[in-house]
Amino acid sequence: MAKLNVNPTRMELANLKDRLSLASRGHKLLKDKQDELMRQFIELIKKNNKLRTVVEEKLISAMQSFVMAKSLLNEKYIEELVAVPPRTVNLSVYEKNIMSVNVPVMNFDYSEDDSHTSDISYGYLNSNSELDVSIEEMSAVMKELLELSEIEKTCQLLADEIESTRRRVNALEYRTIPQLEETIYFIQMKLDESERAGITRLMKVKDMG
Amino acid sequence: MAHKIGVVGDKDSILPFKMLGFDVFYASEAKEARKMVDHLAKNEYGIIYLTETLGEKIPDTIRRYDSKIQPAVILIPNHTGSLNIGKKRIQDNVEKAVGQNIL
Repeated sequence: MAKLNVNPTRMELANLKDRLSLASRGHKLLKDKQDELMRQFIELIKKNNKLRTVVEEKLISAMQSFVMAKSLLNEKYIEELVAVPPRTVNLSVYEKNIMSVNVPVMNFDYSEDDSHTSDISYGYLNSNSELDVSIEEMSAVMKELLELSEIEKTCQLLADEIESTRRRVNALEYRTIPQLEETIYFIQMKLDESERAGITRLMKVKDMG
Repeated sequence: MAHKIGVVGDKDSILPFKMLGFDVFYASEAKEARKMVDHLAKNEYGIIYLTETLGEKIPDTIRRYDSKIQPAVILIPNHTGSLNIGKKRIQDNVEKAVGQNIL
């Protein structure tokens, strides 16, 4: 490992020692941060993976039944049926801080006063049972879909932060700290050597007299 | 803060989302989709669901919103089935954070 290009002086030594203690403290803190981020990330990403598998499966089946229903009806009718959505979703996003990473917390409130009855708000005319099934499936998957969005975004942000934290930790651990240590060692050796040289010179001068 | 939820994709797949109260926008070409996503992002949409078929064509646009808190661009399959891009993104995240795929 290359040592830093500095003059071997006492002042430089003191400076470097300060820098080393700062670097080690920073390294320890960042390492702790990385460990905690990783713990949270792994928990979330496992959930994310599971949830996505489930949601994708349900979505595909819901969409397929919708396409099936659509094929049996005139397109104009379908458009008419969905023209006025029976319910609305309100999304409010707050920021949460996980180890200095801002992640979104999403709160959903959908007007679910009609939850005891079915969500179907269109007439029997111009609709069919396949459509009912698909809409029902769709409503069922909605909650999970919204949860998935939150988790996936959080994971995305965490992954980015973990990557940059890891780089910082590694740079400190494998580059900055060894470099400083080596330079401090070098300066100390140089100073000791010049001290010895001084003493020897004095002794020689004394012998001459 | 109140945000809206948008869905971008081909008509057949995303029409049922309208019944859930999401805002639905049709797009079939990459260019349309890119414009639409950018437009929604500007207009305070909190979540944008994008079908994988379109997401495949505009990876750069998706990546642009990856590091932002919102909007969350989430890939969803369409009626022809999943292309596993959403899954792949999860795996990529794991690899990026952990260093290897542990799932």
